[in-house]
Amino acid sequence: MGTKRVGVFVCHCGLNIAGMVKVKEVIDKANKQPGVVFAVDHKYLCAEPGQTLIKDSIRQHQLDAIVVAACSPAMHEATFKNIAQLSGLNRYNCEVANIREQSSWVHDDSDKATSKAQIAVRQGIEKVKLNEPLQPITVPVTRRVLVIGGGIAGIRAALDVANGGYQVYLVEKSGSIGGRMAQLSETFPTLDCSICILGPLMVEVYRHPNIKLLRLSRVEEVKGYIGNFKVRVRQEPPYVEEAKCNACGECAKVCPAQVPNEFDFGLTWRKAIYTPFAQAVPPAYVLDSTNCLGLLPQACGECKKACDQFGTGCMNLDAWPQVHELEVGAIIVATGYELYDATKLTEYGYGIFSDVMTSLEFERMLSASGPTSGEIRRPSDGETPREIVFIQCAGQREPETALPYCSKICCMYTARHAMMFHHKVPEGQAYVFYMDIRAGGKGYEEFVKRCQEERGLLYLRGRVAKVYEENGKLVVKGVDTLSGKRVQINADLVVLAVGMIPSSETHELASKLKASLDANGFFSEAHPKLRPLESPTAGIFMAGAGQAPKDIPDTVAQASGAASKALDLLSSPTLEREPTVAQVVGELCSGCGICIPSCPYEALSLNAETKLAEVSEALCEGCGTCIASCPSSALSLRNLTDEQMLAMIEAIVAS
Amino acid sequence: MIQLETNFEPKIVGFLCRWCSYAGADLAGTSRIKYPPNVNTIRVNCSGRVDPTLVLKALALGADGVLIAGCHPGDCHYTNGNVKALRRFRLLQKMLDQFGIERERVRLEWVSASEGERYARVVRGMTEDVRSLGPLNWKARVEAVA
Repeated sequence: MGTKRVGVFVCHCGLNIAGMVKVKEVIDKANKQPGVVFAVDHKYLCAEPGQTLIKDSIRQHQLDAIVVAACSPAMHEATFKNIAQLSGLNRYNCEVANIREQSSWVHDDSDKATSKAQIAVRQGIEKVKLNEPLQPITVPVTRRVLVIGGGIAGIRAALDVANGGYQVYLVEKSGSIGGRMAQLSETFPTLDCSICILGPLMVEVYRHPNIKLLRLSRVEEVKGYIGNFKVRVRQEPPYVEEAKCNACGECAKVCPAQVPNEFDFGLTWRKAIYTPFAQAVPPAYVLDSTNCLGLLPQACGECKKACDQFGTGCMNLDAWPQVHELEVGAIIVATGYELYDATKLTEYGYGIFSDVMTSLEFERMLSASGPTSGEIRRPSDGETPREIVFIQCAGQREPETALPYCSKICCMYTARHAMMFHHKVPEGQAYVFYMDIRAGGKGYEEFVKRCQEERGLLYLRGRVAKVYEENGKLVVKGVDTLSGKRVQINADLVVLAVGMIPSSETHELASKLKASLDANGFFSEAHPKLRPLESPTAGIFMAGAGQAPKDIPDTVAQASGAASKALDLLSSPTLEREPTVAQVVGELCSGCGICIPSCPYEALSLNAETKLAEVSEALCEGCGTCIASCPSSALSLRNLTDEQMLAMIEAIVAS
Repeated sequence: MIQLETNFEPKIVGFLCRWCSYAGADLAGTSRIKYPPNVNTIRVNCSGRVDPTLVLKALALGADGVLIAGCHPGDCHYTNGNVKALRRFRLLQKMLDQFGIERERVRLEWVSASEGERYARVVRGMTEDVRSLGPLNWKARVEAVA
């Protein structure tokens, strides 16, 4: 193995690397390393001419192994391994030295960056010399998909996978699918009624033979890996037999427990037995056990009596939660968003003055099925507001105090809100405080322009400093930066365009999925541009606002994209896994068994006959924790052996 | 006895887990956050892969410091390899004490894939700490005593 003929390829990445790292010096140094028979640089190794150079050089110089010094292996390792394979090498005889993300981009001293790059290349050379040729491990694929979240993203993704002919489990935490989109009144820029375009899809999900809808459900545990996940889902009982319930509502009439209706953000009340909203799917009542007067022991039971007497007798108060053990090949995460807590924005007085609302509360008010049947009323006294102020970017683009990012959709829905207000209260006056208008999207700019030109609608460029109550009016103090004047508006109603944040359980779910989150708590993508639908954790795809704030068209597009990724994975009955797994060096193993519990995948066991440890390659994920636990150094990780680790350490310290 | 060299540049070996810390280091790169070039990294799948023996060997071979970085507890891609790394690290610290090696030379840090800034901060801090400790001189300090 020590006699490998190694070739080194150093990428300029345009000027990304070559602008800081002295590529020629890296080549010179590499040429001096034992085993290196050829070294060359190229402007873009990843593009066609670069790949051809690698391919031709491997043949011409009869290389046995290559080291590509370029961007992070997270970026193009697969590309370079593929080209090695195409050129007749085993794909594991290729190593990538990261001289961009971890050298040229992070240092500003050219000599030091070059020296660090030289070390990285040397590490690669020493490692690749000791790599053994490996063949991928083939494992079967469970051809089913789990979709987490029943909003528009989850619905679209579930339908696409189901229409593709595969079985889908759709897990939704609430009593109905529909998500945020079901709460919206209209959608921009077409002013389509939201539930009219969502409703049919919800029904389609419910009726689809390939979709199993699990509402009132949460993911409890995720085990396994791409192609073979084992997911435990806990489903709370609705206490109502879905198929029998005809939503007559007799149960709710007699229910004595009344609580704020979360669907209307507390602007209305609901009973403890309720239907989440009029168009809910499944169209059945749900008993909310936390607000019920008592089930164990039963305190009231009026709903059941009414159901038995006047309804279909579909209630069962003795139901228990169910645990589903699902086996799926791919997981699509579509967990959506919530609003940032507006009470934290103390300058606007939300939560103190009842006529300061969030945009989603206002949305419910605009909805024909909302608390006021679509009429705009002040929550404090039920009067129609004449002067209304919309505050955009509320708690957004404020890295110091609130959210650092832009939620992307607020400019558009605020324009729509202002327009709807004007249609419903033609004599009213609306003011919109904005920082700048971001209306990138098909027909978006035109829509905002139309709103801005409406009579009785004034856009003011500037921020609001303070909102307070005086003589029954909300005094909004701000600044109009275009005229350079302070503005004071005595408003009847203030609507805050509060930013989107990931759903509250996102972090918990991400831990279970072992999927990483970004700095703002949204799901990270494998690559922001080239792999935006995939989590870095293989087999997990994402759609919708759980990944980043986005509007409905983008969400739907991403959902269909994620579904097609899942279908791609399921299209073959088997898939190949990395063979860089643990192995036991038989003669060193004493059979002590210390390694067995260290494995999180139960991939290690003691052979019944030999009493020595053995690795189940299909189960091993290659983490290497067992290797560090073995007192006799009998375990080793393929292509990351202790010998290779030491060779790399030497490459670092010997420089 | 610590010899103070004026232009001492510490050599630090960094074991970074692939899923969190290596990705965090890459993010520092894509964000163009600058930090000193003293840490050369070795990508491991999990911080749990880092056998304490390797850390000691790195020091014995000439490293002035070793950085182990993994996912935050609860976020490990392999469930809890990082917690196992932490347990081994605690024992390793005791061993370093016995060798008379300053604890600051070996660090275990949690750096997530979204913490490019944190990675840069860790490298800056560690480089400065090790720089002020001076070269390790394993041979003179450990082997001579043994």
